[in-house]
Amino acid sequence: MHFAQPVLRVFVTRRIPQEGLELLQRAAVCTVSLWDSDEPVPRAELLKGVEGAHGLLCLLSDRIDAEVLDAAGPNLKVISTMSVGFDHLAIDEIKKRSIRVGYTPDVLTDATAELTVALLLATARRLPEGIQEVKSGGWSSWKPLWLCGYGLSGSTVGVIGLGRIGLAVARRLKPFGVKRLLYSGRQPKPQAQEVDGEYVPLDSLLCESDFVVVSCALSPETQGLCDKAFFTKMKTTAVFINTSRGAVVNQEDLYEALTAGQIAAAGLDVTTPEPLPTDHPLLALKNCVVLPHIGSATYSTRGIMAKLTANNLLAGLTGEAMPSELKL
Amino acid sequence: IIFLNKTKKPQKLLMKLFSLIVIHSQRQLLWIHTFLSLCSSLFFLRVQFELWDSDDPIPRQELLKKVKGCDGLLCVLTEKIDAEVLNAAGPNLKVLSTMSVGFDHLSLGELKKRGIRVGYTPEVLTDAVAELTIALLLATSRRLIEATHEAKTGGWGTWRTLWLCGYELADSTVGIFGLGRIGVAIAERLKPFKVKKFIYTDVAPRPELAAAIQAEYVSMDELARQSDFLAVCCALTPETQGICNKNLFSKMKNTSIFINTSRGGVVNQEDLYEALSTGQIAGAGLDVTVPEPLPTNHPLFTLKNCVILPHIASASYTTRNAMSALAANNLLAGLRGEPMPKELQL
Repeated sequence: MHFAQPVLRVFVTRRIPQEGLELLQRAAVCTVSLWDSDEPVPRAELLKGVEGAHGLLCLLSDRIDAEVLDAAGPNLKVISTMSVGFDHLAIDEIKKRSIRVGYTPDVLTDATAELTVALLLATARRLPEGIQEVKSGGWSSWKPLWLCGYGLSGSTVGVIGLGRIGLAVARRLKPFGVKRLLYSGRQPKPQAQEVDGEYVPLDSLLCESDFVVVSCALSPETQGLCDKAFFTKMKTTAVFINTSRGAVVNQEDLYEALTAGQIAAAGLDVTTPEPLPTDHPLLALKNCVVLPHIGSATYSTRGIMAKLTANNLLAGLTGEAMPSELKL
Repeated sequence: IIFLNKTKKPQKLLMKLFSLIVIHSQRQLLWIHTFLSLCSSLFFLRVQFELWDSDDPIPRQELLKKVKGCDGLLCVLTEKIDAEVLNAAGPNLKVLSTMSVGFDHLSLGELKKRGIRVGYTPEVLTDAVAELTIALLLATSRRLIEATHEAKTGGWGTWRTLWLCGYELADSTVGIFGLGRIGVAIAERLKPFKVKKFIYTDVAPRPELAAAIQAEYVSMDELARQSDFLAVCCALTPETQGICNKNLFSKMKNTSIFINTSRGGVVNQEDLYEALSTGQIAGAGLDVTVPEPLPTNHPLFTLKNCVILPHIASASYTTRNAMSALAANNLLAGLRGEPMPKELQL
């Protein structure tokens, strides 16, 4: 048996949902070497596994930098990540080597926007506190002011970064009676009209918002954006929500702000590092809700992401147009 | 709870009110405003009032003692206002104002018999309750409580593809059991989550309310069969008592989420436990239980897929203030013999 061309080799860094793996196997375009585990591939295994690979399917927990790319060698023509974020990819190095990149925008927008709203509501209406009280015997009877929270009705919401996810969050918050929807970013967005969004300077957004939702990409400009100065400008009754990337927030400054009563509460789905060590001070605060990065965690969305990731990879291997290619 | 009668001196009571109010933060300014309005209105009317000056419910014996000779009674949902209380109050009692929209704690027959008018607080709490219902629905469907627990106890490793996955609202069917103001408000808020279809059941179709949310009227059985998310929003009545039982749960999808923010008595809790522990339904979120509080050793607490909140649906600062103002105004109107802002038709 011989092949008309060398068999294309692919390294998959995690056991991804069946829908994706099956697509790769059925396509019969490549041989798949799979790190068949729910846990991340150790660095040494990654460097070994990519050797000679034509395609690499990875997750956001895999740092794909010059070392990995060098270990892979000149065959590597496509990297397909099962995420919309790409801060784990050394874009310059990848571009230099003319490697194409696939990612998963849009398909996870609904699940992530939904989780962002879930987190906002859980934080504002003090759900984890309530549940703690119930389990520990702190619930005695209905009381007029016990566990009162901040409602969305009549409020001002500020979205930092009105991209796909930010806009989807704004759409979902509107019918809760939000009075004003503010947003900030590098420039105004025409699609903001749909949610009556007002483009304002960041400082205004911080001073006027009852709910601040961070929805921007992590970049050198947004790294550490949410720091002491940021929190000082916010209302003392405001709720801060971050479901973008952990590094956008200065966690020490956030802890200060929460304990000093500079802001009322915070909800985070992303942290630095991930996982956050169990003895981290933020985890001990009643007014801080921390989720373990589950923004896109629904069965249907993860299945769709897996399929898209596989399809991006296959297109990259065969030199075709990708369903979702990242412009480098 | 506030009792009004025309005999005692008000000064001491005013001071008691101030002490109740000033211990809270600046967010509670409206409370001060409400109570001061109430005080000044009452001074003007030359009535004075007594306050059970506590965050905790009034013990039954105290209640029976203090209502004697009252003209008006302002209560919350923890007080059972039945024949015993009304008899203890005597013939002066002409108005009962409850700071709630539910009135299952009031013996309506007994009140009607005695010609006592009743005020309650619909509408002002609709937004807060709808909002909390959705908070609870999402916390249940997206497994937030399991997730926060993992984050705190070391179960959080690195990002994994199928860990803590939940069920999405996008493309789902949402069923509402009891389509009233709150049911409609819930549907309005769920719409942008890309819900595919809203269905509802009730004692009879509610065309006007249903039209606002494009919801289809179905039987209870169909509601169970078709719903991915089922929210219970009905009042507690003899007909709805225990209506969410194994008959309902056995017909539901095993990927469905059941939410109750109405009254605990609508749900058969043993049947719910069965349904959750055997995987008949995927998860449940409750803001109301029987009893309240639910004892900490109740079996429902052992289930990861059951989220229980301590009846906080209307617990937002602005809403509780609005409820208290409305309850006060209902009471005053009743004392003056005027139309109430929100009178319960008996």
